[in-house]
Amino acid sequence: MENWSLVSICVLFGLTARWAVSLNSYSGAGKPPMFGDYEAQRHWQEVTYNLPVHEWYFNTTDNNLNYWGLDYPPLTAYHSLLCAHDHGFDFCWVLVADLLIYIPAVVLYSFYLSEGSNKKKVCTVLCILLYPGLILIDYGHFQYNSISLGLALWGVVVLGLGWDVLGSLAFVLSLNYKQMELYHSLPFFCYLLGKCFKQGLAGRGLFLLVKIAVTVLVTFALCWLPFLSDPGQILQVVHRLFPVGRGLFEDKVANTWCSLNVLIKIKTILSTDTQLYISLTTTLLAILPSSIKLLMKPTLWQFKLALVNSSLAFFLFSFQVHEKSILLPALPVCLLLNDLPLPAIWFLQASTFSMLPLFLKDGLLVPYVVTSLAFLFFSIYLLSALEHCSEDKLRLGPYRRLLICMPRMDLGRFYFSITAMAGLSFMSVALAPPAQLPDLFPLLVSVFSYLHFLGLLLYFNIVQIAEPPQSVRKNQKKSN
Amino acid sequence: MCYLYVEVHSVISIPPRLIHRGQASVYDTGCVMATPRADDWSWFPALALGVSFLKCILINAYHSTDFEVHRNWLAITHSLPVSKWYHENTSEWTLDYPPLFAWFEYSLSHVAQHFDKEMLVVQNLLYTSPATILFQRLSVIVTDIVFIYAVKECCRSVREEKGSKDLLGHPFFILAALLLWNFGLLIVDHIHFQYNGFLFGILLLSVARHLQGRHLEGALLFTVLLNLKHIYLYIAPAYGIFLLRSYCFTEDNTDGSVRWSSFSPVRLVALGSIVISVGALSFGPFIAMGQLPQVLSRLFPFKRGLCHAYWAPNVWALYNMVDKALSVLGVRLKLLDVAKLPKASMTGGLVQEFQHSILPSVSPSITLICTLLSIMPAVLSIWCRPRGARGFLRCLVVCALGSFMFGWHVHEKAILMAILPFSILAVESREDAGIFLMLTTTGHYSLFPLLFTAAELPIKVLLMLLFTLYSFTSLKKLFRGSLLNPLETTYLLGLVAVEILCEVVYPLSPWQHTMPFVPLLVTSVYCSLGVCYSFIRLYVSLLRQHGTDKHKQL
Repeated sequence: MENWSLVSICVLFGLTARWAVSLNSYSGAGKPPMFGDYEAQRHWQEVTYNLPVHEWYFNTTDNNLNYWGLDYPPLTAYHSLLCAHDHGFDFCWVLVADLLIYIPAVVLYSFYLSEGSNKKKVCTVLCILLYPGLILIDYGHFQYNSISLGLALWGVVVLGLGWDVLGSLAFVLSLNYKQMELYHSLPFFCYLLGKCFKQGLAGRGLFLLVKIAVTVLVTFALCWLPFLSDPGQILQVVHRLFPVGRGLFEDKVANTWCSLNVLIKIKTILSTDTQLYISLTTTLLAILPSSIKLLMKPTLWQFKLALVNSSLAFFLFSFQVHEKSILLPALPVCLLLNDLPLPAIWFLQASTFSMLPLFLKDGLLVPYVVTSLAFLFFSIYLLSALEHCSEDKLRLGPYRRLLICMPRMDLGRFYFSITAMAGLSFMSVALAPPAQLPDLFPLLVSVFSYLHFLGLLLYFNIVQIAEPPQSVRKNQKKSN
Repeated sequence: MCYLYVEVHSVISIPPRLIHRGQASVYDTGCVMATPRADDWSWFPALALGVSFLKCILINAYHSTDFEVHRNWLAITHSLPVSKWYHENTSEWTLDYPPLFAWFEYSLSHVAQHFDKEMLVVQNLLYTSPATILFQRLSVIVTDIVFIYAVKECCRSVREEKGSKDLLGHPFFILAALLLWNFGLLIVDHIHFQYNGFLFGILLLSVARHLQGRHLEGALLFTVLLNLKHIYLYIAPAYGIFLLRSYCFTEDNTDGSVRWSSFSPVRLVALGSIVISVGALSFGPFIAMGQLPQVLSRLFPFKRGLCHAYWAPNVWALYNMVDKALSVLGVRLKLLDVAKLPKASMTGGLVQEFQHSILPSVSPSITLICTLLSIMPAVLSIWCRPRGARGFLRCLVVCALGSFMFGWHVHEKAILMAILPFSILAVESREDAGIFLMLTTTGHYSLFPLLFTAAELPIKVLLMLLFTLYSFTSLKKLFRGSLLNPLETTYLLGLVAVEILCEVVYPLSPWQHTMPFVPLLVTSVYCSLGVCYSFIRLYVSLLRQHGTDKHKQL
């Protein structure tokens, strides 16, 4: 069959799965007084539709910020305004956004920027579209992550095709949709800067740098236009976007601080400022190696890995992380499905698993189980992941010795980890936690996922530093 | 063969047992297979699992009153003695399937009690606890294993031509996808709610057994099927004549006509004992209790009207439409008096008798005669010139479609009885593929009114697009070229216009309140044109084959 029909079938299948998930319960359905993210989206429409722009981010008599106040950048607000103009508010908008932004980017990426036969590319499209984390959060929990992630992906695709200005435009838009896209910002910055360096800062490189800088500034200015008149407005929006006062972490997140909190109660011992500095320093330290490497060698392969490493480091070490932010590292990991199938699948599975407490709260148990099983099965089957787990295929290059001192990645461990996830999922659903430890299962889930994330952060860093020699990559191509 | 391995990216190695069985079946049937190949069947579980996952996420989708119907039957069979099964009428949805299905529900109810005992109480009308929904949905998904197995058997019996290297271009792959991912089955069973997958599984398995030359097994399966759901009586003539002609008579004359001397009484007795013993097992207890008339009155409720509330796209839909048009025309031209016309609430949503105003009214006996007349040539053709199991399959499809076209109180879901078996023929011949595309696309579209809730609109459109796109591109690739002429293509594209008109434009118009039945009417009339056309083309192909056979002999 022709490629277009195969791709259309994959896209239709992805859309069907998305809509089928939306037929289930959604976040906060029938849970007053705060309801959930679905109510938040509805409330934002109300706010943006009925209030003048300068009141959107301020606490006024008409706008109670404690009840789902706007805490996303202006593009989200404009989008809510747009949705509010059509009264048929529901999951349709998410589907439309997905169809217009995220899915085309996935198809373009797989067809133009990944290796292998056409069939392999189609398989990649299907696997990326079936990633359960994004489907469950957007269509089950109800959020618009596919817009910000889709725009960021457009940035990657366009940069990969060589249009640097357009790529930075797409990324700035995504940053203005959700401030969490900052997790991806450093690799974008380093990649573009590295490219300018490579072309020579004295000549064409400088010209490129100026072009990109102007694009970024103009796009930012356009997005923030209604707020530019008054510095107080800008400060208030920034304050809403980065709520430092909300503490190091909330609920149970599979990151360092929440896991460390089990042993040492850092949240109570340290002052908020100290927490802020510690998290800032560790985050910077964690992203440094991958950023420097990318700056020296701005290739697409390095760029993809740096995106993973940077966003994962932010997730693990930065301040005020939500469990849903794991979708940010998950996006670039999806892009590695074709190159490093087993680690990518492992990561994506662990990331879905890490959000289990959230899914259970939303009543999404059945879709969680089904989409996870489907993703595991299809990605392993279609990408023949289990055959690509020799050390050569894992792209460790000269650093494979290093791995002797850390847990090795093999099939046995993969199976063990998947079984453990299944077991923990089952226990969370079926068993009542002991009375003195009501949060036992969510905590176990987040610590267990945290270990995966930490291990994979190390692994992806090693792969990035130890870029495989050309011959290995050629072999890879042949065997495909 | 090697090429295939590279293409498939197989993960699971082929179990040796499978290869052996695959080859055995090839020799059994004597099919014209290119070479007995050690096919890698690892794609089959992938296809089947994929669709099963899809079914599982549809668990919380909308379900129709059929859900309550089956819950009620679970309760009846679980909590009442057998003698009361066909007398119980607390719910309006009384047990109206044959006894074997009641036993099927009875066995399900033993699993059901571990989910939620309350669903097994007859008085708990409209009971839908989450556990009940989960159980009933899972029971459909799990019993679909029969269907999956049957599809696999059908795929093994498919003829294929030499030369195709690509797995996606193989007839058996295409057949498996067309059957497992059938749009109609998905929405009727897994959204609307029924057990058709299980029942069609038995039908397809029986067809596969006939294709493989294991006729007694085929006959047994079909008898069991009849005792599970009596709607399959419509295709019983094809079975009866085929078994009598091609199984009980062992030889033909040189001109293909029946050689009376080759009649084998042993075979007839074997068939007869199968039919009688299964029938006795199913109806025996009720005959012994003297309840046969009661059971039969439940199974054949002739008090319902000619057409269902939503007209199935058949001849009677066109007939009603013509009648309606004539009466409107008559009133306009002042030839008719409005007061004298019978007040017919056309497709108002209630099952009631529809009185024609101009054309003569249709009685059940007339529909029966029409149905019999419509299938007669096909049945005669397999008696006079039997063309093996494939001729039988064609006759079966004609019977199913004929009864759909002319039957009494036909439900639109009955179109699946023609579509599913026809899929097997569609991957074997170019002409059938063209008819198949016409029939499935219109037939499937006519199922749209089954799901009328806003939340399910995208899912039915997406699934329909998925299936239609796949069937068109895969069959086009298989037969290397376009399968439809421009007129047919235009007609099918018209379905898009009908859909937009009926579900997007019309609800916004003022007529939605005064004449809410128009979208259903338009859908059923438009679709009936396509179904009638496919029926005629199918008949032409059957009779043409008959003609060429005769010609060859001369």
